[in-house]
Amino acid sequence: MADSFPIDDDEIDVEDIEIRLLLEAIFQMYGYDFRSYSKASIRRRIMHRLGMSGFSSIMEMTDKVLRDRRFFVTLLNDLTVNVTEMYRDPEFYRAFREEVIPVLKTFPFIKIWHAGCSTGEEIYSMAILLEEEGLYDRAMIYATDIDKNVLAAAKKGIYSIEAVKQYGDNYRRAGGRHSLSDYFTARYDSVIMDQRLKRNIVFADHDLATDQVFGEMHVILCRNVLIYFDRALQERVIRLFVDSLDMGGYLCLGTKESLKFTGQEEAFEMINPSLRIFRKRQIRHS
Amino acid sequence: MGPVKAVVMGASWGGLNAYTQVLAALPASFPAAILLVQHQHASSENRLPWLLGRYCDLPVIAPEDKEPILPGHVYVAPPGYHMLVDQDETIAFSVGKQVHFSRPSVDELFFSAGVVYGDRLAAVILTGANDDGAAGIEYIHRRGGFTIAQSPVSSEAPTMPEAAIKTGAVSRVLDLEKIGPYLAERLQGS
Ligand SMILES: C[S@@+](CC[C@H](N)C(=O)[O-])C[C@H]1O[C@@H](n2cnc3c(N)ncnc32)[C@H](O)[C@@H]1O
Repeated sequence: MADSFPIDDDEIDVEDIEIRLLLEAIFQMYGYDFRSYSKASIRRRIMHRLGMSGFSSIMEMTDKVLRDRRFFVTLLNDLTVNVTEMYRDPEFYRAFREEVIPVLKTFPFIKIWHAGCSTGEEIYSMAILLEEEGLYDRAMIYATDIDKNVLAAAKKGIYSIEAVKQYGDNYRRAGGRHSLSDYFTARYDSVIMDQRLKRNIVFADHDLATDQVFGEMHVILCRNVLIYFDRALQERVIRLFVDSLDMGGYLCLGTKESLKFTGQEEAFEMINPSLRIFRKRQIRHS
Repeated sequence: MGPVKAVVMGASWGGLNAYTQVLAALPASFPAAILLVQHQHASSENRLPWLLGRYCDLPVIAPEDKEPILPGHVYVAPPGYHMLVDQDETIAFSVGKQVHFSRPSVDELFFSAGVVYGDRLAAVILTGANDDGAAGIEYIHRRGGFTIAQSPVSSEAPTMPEAAIKTGAVSRVLDLEKIGPYLAERLQGS
């Protein structure tokens, strides 16, 4: 309504303070650290939950978060943004196949880290790709996420038929050699990924904001995770990746994520600029 | 009320034509940043900045995450991402759920810009076939921003401007060909 009450800058300041207190409460109570996330998205997530929950202020919601773990889990789900798909950005997987795989074929053993793997669609996409390239038996995939609930779902590898139908198209555009349906079994309205695909996957919870190096990787995929972080945290995470990568190891980011504002551009060579595939330089400049 | 720092715009069906007309009317000296959302399929190629750039004297940009928002530049939301304005006046992306069946969503841009720019923001709702942007327009209005809707009769699809107008939060309803010149005049003077 045109006559609905105005929201002045003081009110925005109050909300900002309330948001900081909520994030502090979450950190102290549950150990999840969202304090260095992009303010714009975190605010949208919180306001969305506030609207759904019927609380009259963020403060009131904070009280609930502190005292009710189940409510916290709901909010956690909002804050982590778990939306994902198989072969998201098919052109990326095609480029990976054409530009990275030939190099990986020269390695005796391949360690791949998916940081922020969400419910696992990306993991199975990679496992299938490696299988088709004849590399999977000498590969190990480390699948990590901050959110234990999505990791549990990733382990199960059960997805809705509805969603998987769309992934078939992605898979073909990504250069898939067979049919995606060769890799899962359908039951009623869901599908379960082939058990064999899980043979070389390790699932672990890992928080990019607080946890340490994950050693000597040949490839790190961290796609559509950095966009949720502020610049300082992005910088920390990229440094963590530099330290976790072998010389000549590859870093793959989401198509809208760049090293441009992280001060770490020097540490990498661009392999595919538009699809955001980078390679750690032999000699470190930074 | 200080000078307008940014103009946010949203459109869906018919948006390409509408944006072309609006942007073509803006002078190279346009003093505010422009951020726009056009509903499009996530897998579509990001050709919009290039298409719009051909008709526009301002630089049209497909922004990176964290890119600083500068006056006189046009920032186009990429397909598959919500585009938000962050507190330090930089671009922030999200791949959260679709809003009004769309990613990018107009509301996501409008709410975040409303927070940051307050009464130094203008918002424009153009042609479109759903009601994305209506809630955002209302929020921007409550923050003291200036709001414009394309007149439904001049819209290829009237639903989106109609939904915005129905909130009672639209300050001006203008025919398509008037919107660009109006923005140019109003902001040059501000
Ligand atoms: C939008 S999903 C991206 C999933 C997948 N990589 C893709 O591109 O489709 C973002 C994921 O990052 C995870 N995440 C958020 N903050 C994190 C952190 N601090 N450490 C590790 N993972 C995090 C979320 O739980 C979520 O599953």
